[in-house]
Amino acid sequence: MKATPKPLRILRDALLYLILILAAAIIIYPIYSTINISFLNDSEIASFPPKLFPSTFELTNFQRALEQAPLARYLLNSIIQSSLVMMGQLLTASMAAYAFSFINFKWKNFFFLVFLSTMMIPWEATIIPNYLTIRQLDWTDTYLGLAVPFLATGFGTFLLRQFFLKIPHDLYDAAFIDGCSHLRFLTTIVLPLARPALGTLAVYSFLQTYNQYLWPLLITNDESMRTVQIGISLLQDEERMLFNNVMAGVVLILLPTMFLFIVSNKQLIRGLTAGAVKG
Amino acid sequence: MAETNQLSVRNQSGGFLGNRFRLTGVQKRETKKFIVAMLFLLPSLFIFTTFTFIPLVRTISLSTYLTDPIGRPTVFAGLLQYERLFSTTTFINSFSRSTLFVLYTVPTTIILGLLLALLGNLRLKRISIFRVFFSSTIAVSGATASLMFLYLFHPTIGSLNYLLGLVGIEPIEWLIKESSALPSVAMTSIWLQLGLNTVILLAAMQGIPEELYESAMIDGANSWNKFIHITIPFLSSTFFFLLVVDMLASFQTFTPIHIMTSGGPMDSTNLLVYSIYREFYFNGKYGFAAAQSIMLFLVMLVLTIIQFVFVERKVFYE
Repeated sequence: MKATPKPLRILRDALLYLILILAAAIIIYPIYSTINISFLNDSEIASFPPKLFPSTFELTNFQRALEQAPLARYLLNSIIQSSLVMMGQLLTASMAAYAFSFINFKWKNFFFLVFLSTMMIPWEATIIPNYLTIRQLDWTDTYLGLAVPFLATGFGTFLLRQFFLKIPHDLYDAAFIDGCSHLRFLTTIVLPLARPALGTLAVYSFLQTYNQYLWPLLITNDESMRTVQIGISLLQDEERMLFNNVMAGVVLILLPTMFLFIVSNKQLIRGLTAGAVKG
Repeated sequence: MAETNQLSVRNQSGGFLGNRFRLTGVQKRETKKFIVAMLFLLPSLFIFTTFTFIPLVRTISLSTYLTDPIGRPTVFAGLLQYERLFSTTTFINSFSRSTLFVLYTVPTTIILGLLLALLGNLRLKRISIFRVFFSSTIAVSGATASLMFLYLFHPTIGSLNYLLGLVGIEPIEWLIKESSALPSVAMTSIWLQLGLNTVILLAAMQGIPEELYESAMIDGANSWNKFIHITIPFLSSTFFFLLVVDMLASFQTFTPIHIMTSGGPMDSTNLLVYSIYREFYFNGKYGFAAAQSIMLFLVMLVLTIIQFVFVERKVFYE
């Protein structure tokens, strides 16, 4: 390493930190301004120049957002939908990934291609018939309609299979000599070993579902069945809702995903770097 | 003699029978394995068939029919809907607006993502905090981002024009004017996609072997040389991957349009997916909307195939 003189290095680092802080400030500004507005009172949001810092930390806007719109109900709906999808995907994907990595069956490659092909069919190409199907089944405004179409995942199966393949085959042989069944081998040996991959899929599918927009927009009309993303965007159309109340709502519905983002940063990033394939 | 003969006969017949049993045994085991595997695949296959494969076929068939206002096919129309796509302005407008939108968003997102990834890759104390900030938009949904920017762009109370005014830039009529509405929505999308791009580029950069830089340094290369001759070539497959992923995401943009502009002003932000939604959900033109979805599907299929042919091959080489 070529040594840079110390004063020069300090100057260079200071400059780099300045650039880093500036870049971070620009990126974070939309989120910051949302939090800021959620603390402003009704006269402050209309003032000029706009207030860039809150003077009080009153929770009036949060209270109003929760009272004037059934935000808590929207949150509950979203969490139920996302949890159902997450658990369903973990179940179907780990079963399918198990078959693809531990059973040698006829047409295995063909079936694997079928799974992969689902990643290449965009949601928009199937949305009209799916909407008609849900309406026909009378599943509009139900959790079934919100969750069932997403209970299988080509990407998740692929992700888990990659992980399952790394599990030593000796384990499999030993278990089967002992007369272990496939189901028991999957639940007692494979799944516990695959916890990191299952965590990645869980975080990824929860976030994807929680952030869905078009599908819940199509199949929910009843206010009590709306998800947060739809609920919050409709809040903004209502005359009586001021921007500070809407932004308080935005902050509230961002909390779960921000929490997930900070707590499971590694799993989430692993999922995203692998899962970006789907677009 | 007789005894040994008998023995060998028995052996033979035993072997013969055993062989026959083994053959059917193998077949039986194969069938059993197949059935067991199918039991494991069945839940996924059922969902895929019901909500992906059959609907795709139904979309194609729907696009060749006229329908009643609730989506039931009535009269077979052949390629009429596709002729309509190209003879009326709706599809041509939304297709060209979508293409323009892709041009606005994709290159900018990748370049900004690269800059942020380079910053995040610096060897400085507390750099991980900055990485978290740079990738924070991956936790933000399209709907919340749209609402945030809707406020930022607000003509009277938005803070963006005020901040720009501080550095001497005249107020901009972001979402109101036909010429600036699409770029404004594009800004929202760029911000939203930036986290993902940064994260992926940063991960790829961390995969560049340290020795490459060290040997370049011994040869007297400066930072710029290293960036041009090591970093950029090493990231080429990642760039291509992001190019396709971002293009797919950009072509599928719906949420910001629905929340921020409703396709206006003057249809200038009426992007493809929004147009599909409006045609079938509000206008009841299911066949026409289906034909539009098939066109979108074809565009995305071509992009995916290009990615497969070019990127996957490169990835395998490495």
